[in-house]
This record gives sequence, structure tokens and C-alpha cells, in this order.
Amino acid sequence: MRLAAHSGDQAPEPPGLDRLLDEVDQARQPAPPGPPPARDDPQARFEALIAADRKVEPGDWMPDAYRTGLLRQLAQHANSEIVGMQPEAHWIARAPSLRRKAILLAKVQDEAGHGLYLYAAAETLGAHRADLLDALHDGRQKYLSFINYPTLTWADTGALAWLTDGAAIVNQVPLCRSSYGPYARAMVRVCKEESFHHRQGFDSLWTLMRGTPGQRAMAQDAVDRWWYPALAMFGPPHTASTHSAQSMAWRIKRFTNDQLRQRFVDICVPQAQALGVQLPDPDLRWNAERGHYDFTEPDYDELTRVVRGDGPANRQRLAHRRRAHQDGAWVRRAAAAYAAKHTPPTRLARTGTPPTSEKDHAA
Amino acid sequence: MSRTAPAPDWPLWEVFVRARRGLAHLHAGSLHAPDAAMALRNARDLYTRRSEGVSLWVVPAETITASDPQDRDAFLDPAADKDYRLPGHFELPEGVQHL
Repeated sequence: MRLAAHSGDQAPEPPGLDRLLDEVDQARQPAPPGPPPARDDPQARFEALIAADRKVEPGDWMPDAYRTGLLRQLAQHANSEIVGMQPEAHWIARAPSLRRKAILLAKVQDEAGHGLYLYAAAETLGAHRADLLDALHDGRQKYLSFINYPTLTWADTGALAWLTDGAAIVNQVPLCRSSYGPYARAMVRVCKEESFHHRQGFDSLWTLMRGTPGQRAMAQDAVDRWWYPALAMFGPPHTASTHSAQSMAWRIKRFTNDQLRQRFVDICVPQAQALGVQLPDPDLRWNAERGHYDFTEPDYDELTRVVRGDGPANRQRLAHRRRAHQDGAWVRRAAAAYAAKHTPPTRLARTGTPPTSEKDHAA
Repeated sequence: MSRTAPAPDWPLWEVFVRARRGLAHLHAGSLHAPDAAMALRNARDLYTRRSEGVSLWVVPAETITASDPQDRDAFLDPAADKDYRLPGHFELPEGVQHL
């Protein structure tokens, strides 16, 4: 199916996006040859790898806390992609045109894919897929807070993609240089695809802003509601962040929450001007001394409440996720029964058991 | 994470993608699938949504024999001190060309 692009004017490229994509390309360059790692002591070798900004790979020795921290980060990220399909999936059947519907379907399919890349990266650390899903379903493992806000109008699909996918890219581009190889490689794929998500949201809002007064008001209303949830995506301020310092020392996090939030605001302001929308912050202004925009911080108490489960749609999102998993149970059973019946016995003997450690995982 | 005993995951498959004719298949990632046919279909949906490949391999992860990263030095050392295998080891008299 080939769908015509815009019939009228093309939305301009959102200012600032190209620089981020250049960083993704730079992260794909192989690390320069560093000093030879220490030979005998695995911990010294691990520390030398980190210090030289080289990659830790599955099967390498790593401190337990590095493994645990990475698993938490990967699981939270993967869950966010999986539950993050819901706010937009809500609008697929109601999209205003076939073209917008096809775009939204592709975006939601990408998010399923991102979740799978990231679960696979988590499994290289010895986690099991079923356990990761259990932890999501019974609320032990979180996902990004903004997903717990509802998408009330069509314009929300545009504002959500422009703002929260834009924030996700700012957050994720540095993760293409994560010290853990499988995470960094997954993030390069994710960021390249995420830029389409961001771009289509900008394009959707741009179209609305050139529509009727009602459409412009709908776009502005959506931006008003998504701005602060997007700012809150970067997490609490660095001083209040539980895991930041150690994660930065290990290069599984590369900038503080505040640095990334500032970078996002600086990128967003010219894009909002290009769109013709107002960002809902009367104190947002350029600070020539700092070389950055001053802005009002999001309500971190609200962030804490939403993360703890008291957002507008937490229960709905999790209940939907559990139901989808339960509804798929018969499909998984049928596929397994079919495989058992049709796979030659020798093949089954080799592949029938799940991997038990990261050594079984060749990634 | 391993709260429960071995989880009933489907077998793990490693996915290799040939980007263009003339290039080798390269490791793209991994996925779970109950059998080879499903693994191939899922690999197509997961790793070639944007025409990234013209050919796919799926390989049961269990069948891959890998060198142990912990033994890397002992295993790969024999190559380290034999730089006479590289042309740069040899000094050339001045003026000699095409060698």
C-alpha cells in the first residue's frame, strides 16, 4: 500500500532533530583501540573497560549491582514500550484518514518491536522473558509515568508523539553509548525508528495548526496537557534521584536528569514556534547568561504519585496489559502444540529447553 | 529477577540479516519463537520493517558454540605475538615499490 504524502504544504523539519540523529550515527562507530585490559583480575578488567569507555559484553564479569541496575533500567524501558502502545492504539480505529491510521499502526508496531529488542537485551543478563512480564503485570517493575495519562482527543496522538517521543529521544540518544553492548546496539535501532515517531507527531500537529480554529484549539489543548508529563519523563532532579550517581559512574547513564530536561526544553522552544503553539509556561524565557531557556519545573510530587500508581490511567493501563496477555494464552499454547507436533524430534531435543544463563545467549 | 524456577519461555533464536546482495549475513538480534517457521516470520516483522534486509537466517541459540569470554586471553593469545604475519612487520629498503 502506497499512501500519498501531504497533498498540501510539507511540514518543515523540526529544528534540532538533525543534531540528535548525528549523535546516534557517531555512537555506532566502533570504540577506538584502548589500553590492553588487565589480564587476570576480572574486576580490574571491568573497571578498565568502563574507564576507557569501551563496551561490557554478555558473559563478561560484572559487579552484581551493575547487572541489577542495568536490568532495572532495561526492564523499565522495555515495559514502557509495551504499555506505551496503549495511548495511541486507542486512536487507531478513529484516525481521521487512512494515511494517519497507517502511520499510527506502524508507530505502535515499532513500539512492540522496541520492547522486544530491549527484553532480548535484558535476557543477555540472565533474566527470563516470562519473569520480566510477570514483574510488569503484578506491578513490581515500573514503566514511564506519562503513559498513565489519557489520550482524550485526536490531537493528543500528535502532542504525545511530538513531546514525549521527543523527550524519549533526548533521553535515549546518550544510551546509544551505554557501556553495556547489547543495550547500546538496541538503542541505535530504537533511536532511528523513534525519530519517525517524533516526526509524525510534529507533522500531525503542524497539519492541525493549519486547519480550522477548532483544530488549532484542539492542538493547543493537547500541548497544554502533555508538556509537563513530558518534562517529568526525565525523572526527579539529580539531587533526589536514587540511582543516578552510580549509573553515571558506570556509564549506563551519561547525563543527569536535569541536563537532559534542559536540553529537551532548549530543543522544544523553536519547534513550538515553528508549529505556532504556546508552551504552557508563563516563565519560559531565554536566559542569555546561561545560554539556555529558563522554565518551570514539573510537579515532582505529582510524578511520585503517578509512579506509585495514582495517575489518571494506571489501573486501566495495567488491567488492559494483563487482559491482553491472558487473551493471548491460547495462541501461545496452540503455537507450542503445533511446534511440538511438527518439529523433528532431534531439533526439539536441542531447542526445547529455555536458555539458563547468559552464556546460552549468543548476543 | 529469577523469582520463579526456569521460566517457560519459547526457545531463543539468533537472527542474521543480509542487508544487500554481496554482503554477509550479520547478527541483528534475537527473539523467542516456538519453531523455525515462526522464528523466521517474527524475525521479518522485528528486524526488517524498513527494508533492512534481502535474506534472513534464524539459528537456535542453543546450537551455537561460543568461545568463553573469560578464557579470551588464553584462547586468542597465540595470535598476539606473531606480527610477522602482517606486512608492516618488514622494513623495506628505500625506493622499493609495489611490495
